[in-house]
Amino acid sequence: MDSSLALSSATFIYALASVFYIGSFTFKKKVLSRIGFIVLVIGFLSNTVGIVLRWVESYQMGYGHAPFANMYESLVFFSWTVAIIYIFVELKYKESIIGAFASPLAFLAIAYASLSPDISNKISPLLPALKSNWLIAHVITCFLGYSGFAVAFGFSIMYFIKPKNPDATTIFAKLPSWEVIDELTYQMVVFGFLFLTIGIITGAVWANSAWGTYWSWDPKEVWSLITWLIYALFMHLRMMRGWYGKKLALVSIIGFLAVIFTYFGVNFLLSGLHSYS
Amino acid sequence: MKKNQTIPDLIWQFFCSVKLTVYTLLFLAATSVIGTVILQNGAILQYKRLYGEAFYNLIKVLNLDDMYHAWWFLMLIGILCVNIIVCSVERLSRTWKIIFPKKIKFNPERFRRLKNLETFTLKKDGPSIYADYEGFLSRTVGNVIKKDTQNGIALYAEKGRWTRLGVYLVHSSIILLLIGALIGSIFGFKANLRLDEGETSDSAFIVKKRLPVNLGFSIRCNDFDVKFYDTGMPKEFTSNLTIIENGKESFTRDIRVNHPLRYKGINIFQSSYGTAQPDSIVLDIIKRADKSVTSQTIKVGEEIQLPGNQGLFKLEGFLQRFDFRDHDLGEAFIGTVTLKGGKSSQIGLPMKFPTFDKMRKGKYAFVVKKFDRKYYTGLQITKDPGIWYVYSGFILMILGCWVTFFMSHESFCIEIEKIPEESSKISVSGITNRNSQGMKLKIKKIVTKLKDK
Ligand code: HEM
Repeated sequence: MDSSLALSSATFIYALASVFYIGSFTFKKKVLSRIGFIVLVIGFLSNTVGIVLRWVESYQMGYGHAPFANMYESLVFFSWTVAIIYIFVELKYKESIIGAFASPLAFLAIAYASLSPDISNKISPLLPALKSNWLIAHVITCFLGYSGFAVAFGFSIMYFIKPKNPDATTIFAKLPSWEVIDELTYQMVVFGFLFLTIGIITGAVWANSAWGTYWSWDPKEVWSLITWLIYALFMHLRMMRGWYGKKLALVSIIGFLAVIFTYFGVNFLLSGLHSYS
Repeated sequence: MKKNQTIPDLIWQFFCSVKLTVYTLLFLAATSVIGTVILQNGAILQYKRLYGEAFYNLIKVLNLDDMYHAWWFLMLIGILCVNIIVCSVERLSRTWKIIFPKKIKFNPERFRRLKNLETFTLKKDGPSIYADYEGFLSRTVGNVIKKDTQNGIALYAEKGRWTRLGVYLVHSSIILLLIGALIGSIFGFKANLRLDEGETSDSAFIVKKRLPVNLGFSIRCNDFDVKFYDTGMPKEFTSNLTIIENGKESFTRDIRVNHPLRYKGINIFQSSYGTAQPDSIVLDIIKRADKSVTSQTIKVGEEIQLPGNQGLFKLEGFLQRFDFRDHDLGEAFIGTVTLKGGKSSQIGLPMKFPTFDKMRKGKYAFVVKKFDRKYYTGLQITKDPGIWYVYSGFILMILGCWVTFFMSHESFCIEIEKIPEESSKISVSGITNRNSQGMKLKIKKIVTKLKDK
């Protein structure tokens, strides 16, 4: 088996998990989400195997670097983190319905990585500046942060489809209570914020060890700072009267758009130090 | 506005509000976008070409060409700092006594009304349960406070009161960071130095001010080496440097990308490299008339006679990039040919196209036969006395976020009431300053544990 087989299986299995979760949600069948969970865990394992194999293959090719070096690898890792965060949330909070909002994210990221013509899945050598353990720490923590925000985004969507009326009988009435959605969104934002903070910091330390400046206002840096500020805004807004529910969820959605722009937009639209990945 | 408020009071209140924080963060986020869209630190001509004359004036007025150092952007950061300091002082002075009270007070009534209250009954009563539960609380939570109630007892324990200070750690880390950045920008510098192999220098050029700065010691580049991947991409580049102080060699060290040399507060980074001007080359001079070839070694800057004393050739120098009719032909030597009785003309001899000069169709054609490639190393030299403040800020921020987000002040109450038939009714509930769902789950867990006892 090689990494690309493992990763394409993961893509397929995540798709299947999403189908089960969404099915469970639409047909109100708890058993489907149980299956969905198991399928998701299998997809996650396959994803893990794929990442490890890619690591090994990079050593076999003589390049020898961790698989977090380009867009393809980071998207694959992003799916992995979304999956593990969601598995953790489901185990802890025992709310399987929300899987319908999280598992598709894992699927979409890895599917986009494999299918987009702009993204190459070749294992390529690293520029000297990128050979640093700080870089590995930087990429891992940034992506944990991004995934936290992604899951928060998934949860925020629930604010817009759950009916206000508690007696409503649409499928969306089965969603968890407002309190739970609130708390989960907040916990995910907080998780993302902590890791984005560490991500920005490890990036700064890395830049300082490679170029002697920890911050150079490069577009990618600025965009991650913007993202960080938006989520700081989210946390402070939460403390002001009148900011809850949909309004706050909107801020989390805007925050996630900033994440996406930091991730894709900067690479494709703006130029700077980070355009390698 | 209330009466009796002095102006300083009003200013204090202005800086105390979280609303100001929200606006400042919003403005910082929104305006930061500008600098990623508009070219930063470009030349005037570039701006005029890209954005036109009128917009260029706006860019100049608002410093948008260096916007992260523009007065208004720095002012926003300044407001944020004052906001943080004032807000923290105000809140801490008000809540310090609540965070660290002399004596912890406990009101069972408050716990009876909680939403997460769970109750169950037990076919047991008496002091044995009290002791059991007290032991449980003091083991898993902390010091237990007991209070007698109407028909039983209430046990209370709490932990993590200090975690309420986490937010202040986060906020002070921001101040620390900015202090570090300020120190760095005042007392530090970022400079470039280009050293050919064998060359020595005791100063570097500051990037922003385009001024030289003395380093206090000299650096000599003994050797430069670059390795490539089979794809042609550079894999590693290394400079072998010797530090010379007061005319004496102190030590010699290799530096690589990501492995700088730090000495006396100055950091020396490997940043780029290129081909340096060689001392001499071997030149073939081809006479067009009879195709005869003469080989000759010539130094850079030297002038030689052409074969048969027909004129002069001077080797002017070496260029990293040679522009020919708007095409970059790469590395090249430049020379001047002066034929007897004729005008002198400048010629380029690009390395990539050895026969290039033949196309000129002059009396003589020149071909660079051989030259010893010598590299120069591009060093980035920085000094930043603020770095330790910044790094402390980093650590404090991570710690602060951890404490704020994942730790909390939790207090639990277990109330045991005697009910008829030698039984007890037990109620468990808890208060937390964050994550109330988590608390709910915790209470449920505690209840299962207590039932098993
Ligand atoms: C970039 C700047 C800032 C960052 C990253 C930041 C970060 C944070 C964080 C992480 C929290 C905890 C949020 C939570 O518990 O959900 C917080 C709370 C808070 N922040 Fe900030 N903050 C910043 C600026 C400010 C400023 C300028 C003020 C000035 C008033 C401020 C006032 C507060 C207050 C009053 C709280 C609530 C504290 C409490 O829960 O008792 N923050 N901030």
